[in-house]
Amino acid sequence: MSGPGPVGQTLRWQRALAAGILFVLVWLVVYPNAVVLSDSLFEAGRLTLEGYRTFFTTRSELSALWASVWISLGSVVLSALVGVPLALFFHRYEFPGRGALAALAALPVLLPPLVGVIAFLFLAGESGVLTRSLQALFGLDDPPWRLVGAPAILLVHAYTMYVYFYLFARAGLARLDESTLEAAASLGAGRMRTLRKVVFPLLKPSLFGAALLVFMTSMASFSAPYVFGGGFRVLTTQIYASKISGALQLALVETVVLASVSLAFLWFLRRSEGRRAYTGAGKGVQQTRRRIQARWARIAVTVTGFGVVTLLLLPHLTLLLVSFVPEGAWTMQILPSRYSPDNYTALIRDPELLRPVLNSLRMAALATAANVVFCFLAAYLVVRGRVRGRGLVSALLVVPWALPGTVLAIGLATTFSTHQPLAGRFIWVGTFWILPVAYFIRNTPLVAQAAIASFRQFDPALEEASYSLGAGWGLTMRRVALPLVLPGLAAGGMLAFVSALGEFVASILLYTPRSRPISIEILAQLRAFDFGSGAALGVILSLLMAAVFGFGGRFVTGGAVPRI
Amino acid sequence: MSLELRGVTKRFGDVVAVRELTLDVPAGEFLTLLGPSGCGKTTALRLIAGFESPDRGAIVFDGRDVTSRSPQRRGFGMVFQNYALFPHLDVAENVSFGLRARGEPASEIPERVRAALRRVNLEGYGARAVQALSGGQQQRVALARALAIEPSLLLLDEPLSNLDAALREQTRREIRDLVKSLGITAVFVTHDQEEAFALSDRIAVLEAGRMRQIGPPEELYRRPADPFVATFVGRANLVPATLSGGGPRRVDFGGETWWDADADAGIPAGPVLALLRPEDLEVVEAGQGLAGVVRDRRFAGATTSFIIRTDSTEGGPRDLEVIAEDRAAVGDTVTVRPRAGGTIRVFPLSGAGDR
Repeated sequence: MSGPGPVGQTLRWQRALAAGILFVLVWLVVYPNAVVLSDSLFEAGRLTLEGYRTFFTTRSELSALWASVWISLGSVVLSALVGVPLALFFHRYEFPGRGALAALAALPVLLPPLVGVIAFLFLAGESGVLTRSLQALFGLDDPPWRLVGAPAILLVHAYTMYVYFYLFARAGLARLDESTLEAAASLGAGRMRTLRKVVFPLLKPSLFGAALLVFMTSMASFSAPYVFGGGFRVLTTQIYASKISGALQLALVETVVLASVSLAFLWFLRRSEGRRAYTGAGKGVQQTRRRIQARWARIAVTVTGFGVVTLLLLPHLTLLLVSFVPEGAWTMQILPSRYSPDNYTALIRDPELLRPVLNSLRMAALATAANVVFCFLAAYLVVRGRVRGRGLVSALLVVPWALPGTVLAIGLATTFSTHQPLAGRFIWVGTFWILPVAYFIRNTPLVAQAAIASFRQFDPALEEASYSLGAGWGLTMRRVALPLVLPGLAAGGMLAFVSALGEFVASILLYTPRSRPISIEILAQLRAFDFGSGAALGVILSLLMAAVFGFGGRFVTGGAVPRI
Repeated sequence: MSLELRGVTKRFGDVVAVRELTLDVPAGEFLTLLGPSGCGKTTALRLIAGFESPDRGAIVFDGRDVTSRSPQRRGFGMVFQNYALFPHLDVAENVSFGLRARGEPASEIPERVRAALRRVNLEGYGARAVQALSGGQQQRVALARALAIEPSLLLLDEPLSNLDAALREQTRREIRDLVKSLGITAVFVTHDQEEAFALSDRIAVLEAGRMRQIGPPEELYRRPADPFVATFVGRANLVPATLSGGGPRRVDFGGETWWDADADAGIPAGPVLALLRPEDLEVVEAGQGLAGVVRDRRFAGATTSFIIRTDSTEGGPRDLEVIAEDRAAVGDTVTVRPRAGGTIRVFPLSGAGDR
């Protein structure tokens, strides 16, 4: 950039904005992590590497680190093995119910990780529906398996994270120019050869993106290792255990290690990705799905489609089932003996039960409102800004995405547990405010990316037209920029709201009993063996999300602003 | 109200987009900035509008320095290349946007919007969605919107480039009539020389950030300042020739036939480049002139032009474009010579008038 850029008022606004946004990002994103790093190195004001020495000489610590890495790699492989074939299947074959099934297969992405994990527990846990069915079927004395440790975590990860591969591969396939496949066929390539030599190379960027996402999600995953890990620890659960047992220094060291490893892998994967992205040349031809001619084959494909999707949704169906089980009605039976809506009515009758729902709604709403305002302004600055500091803003906006929720939570817990106003530190831990702040930080990347994408889609000349007609910066933002980015911003805001509603990873480290969110309450119900109430809360959480998306979908397309 | 640019320079990184641009646009003039893409004409317009601020120099409007004034305070109307109509507002809301932003009395706004739309023949289109309009209609809404605020200066950034050929010709006539009837000063940016000729009182030719020449269309065409302007404005053959010294200056193409020359003072006698417009040349069967072979014949309705390869000029064979009666056929050997009566514009052979 050279020259002072736009003239006058707009520039002054941009400068003020850049200062304000950088301040918030440095204060809430950079600073807590810096505090964690420095506290991990200093004890009572003196530099010490004691914590690091302990970490790198203790077997259990090192095995947790190793477990985080290999579980993540394994999750990538397993998720790809489920998600990619599924995407190819729905892309290739036409059969009755295809559209609905293809959409259903993406459903788990809407559910918070904790809900997915407990759903799995009800299905295939030691006393799960599936486990007991098999036990009864074969007359076994013990359950056929114990869902615990690394295999359990991998299974749950594959079951919940295949969606990333599925969605990315489908998006990639949708962009695929069918004429390249026809070209391959006309050159004499068989179907497998075309798949290997043409389809996969063209899908590579999409698959790479999915792999990166699964790896990072898995590295940060807390719910599955927490519920199914047993004695098997990954870094996130190790941090939690250290924090709970009071080994604060060690928890900080573990946090630094987890953050470093995540960032290192992110950097390494991004770098090895290369910058090759293929786009279809020319218009291409309409994609055609194979309508299967042979009757038996058509039946087979349809049955496979329904079967696979049912299998994938089985945990969630189990969750729904269990939510109608009254307390104590499901002890040793395969399926519960009685069903009633008691768990739901209890929520309405007992304000103590409803409280977590209201808490979550309130905290998520607060965090999301802040996200929407902040990210609108930040996105404006990143896309339209002509001032110094916008590169830094754009980089910092991504950081909370790259850092596991556990790392962010430890940062907040460490930084905002002491009253030093001059150092920008206040006591938020133990107050209502700590969770809305945590949700705000965690969801900033999501909302910011949505807003940035929307800003990029509309022509800057529209803002200039507004200025040239005499509108000032504020009026231009309100009457031109905001209405135009609103669909994208609203979509991002809704995703943020939904993920804040079900947030668990940071919540478990930061919540206060009075303002406990839904996820913590679900866990408490499970601990008390009140599976029905826990499941009912899980279902309510899922329904809230579905409602937000249903409403959101209509809002986004209903107020459709045609693109220019 | 007059506009003045004084030594305006704008860089983007290492690229100098506009270099030392000095312009004086008297009130009521229709000035066009003409040049190839990347010549800095759009940057110059954006500097005037206030979307960019110059690194050096001043922009003066109506006697006041507006260099550091925000675009919204300049009160210039602007029509954008892709119209920049607000897609979330209807036609009337687009047109009234500026009036509301400037705090005009609400009671007057509907009438002023109607008047603005009437002016561009879009009466009754107020409630339409802008997306539902054709390209030409959108263009007229953009014009109505810019004119509704009664700007003292109208800026137009290639507003016709997204229209098809027939519509473009009609629209540019409408724009000129409208601007002239309102008596507004206008600065228009285009890369299309024909468009510039049809619209402008004066044209400023820009190349690589620098103004090469400014003047009325006829002057640019007949007396271009340098070979760049000569070739950019209209069709041109640039042929090596020899310039005589002293007295009435004359030029010759190697055949010892001397024609009247229009040479800037200071060009020394000797080798020069002569500008021969296709219509300044004629084809004769034999005689004094440049001998050549007809290589191609291009029929363009009203005229027919021939590409004739001559090898009698200095510097080897060369293709000349000539507009002539439809007589010669491809392969014929002919002679080309300047028509009697005109003078031939010449340029120094290398460099001097160039940079």
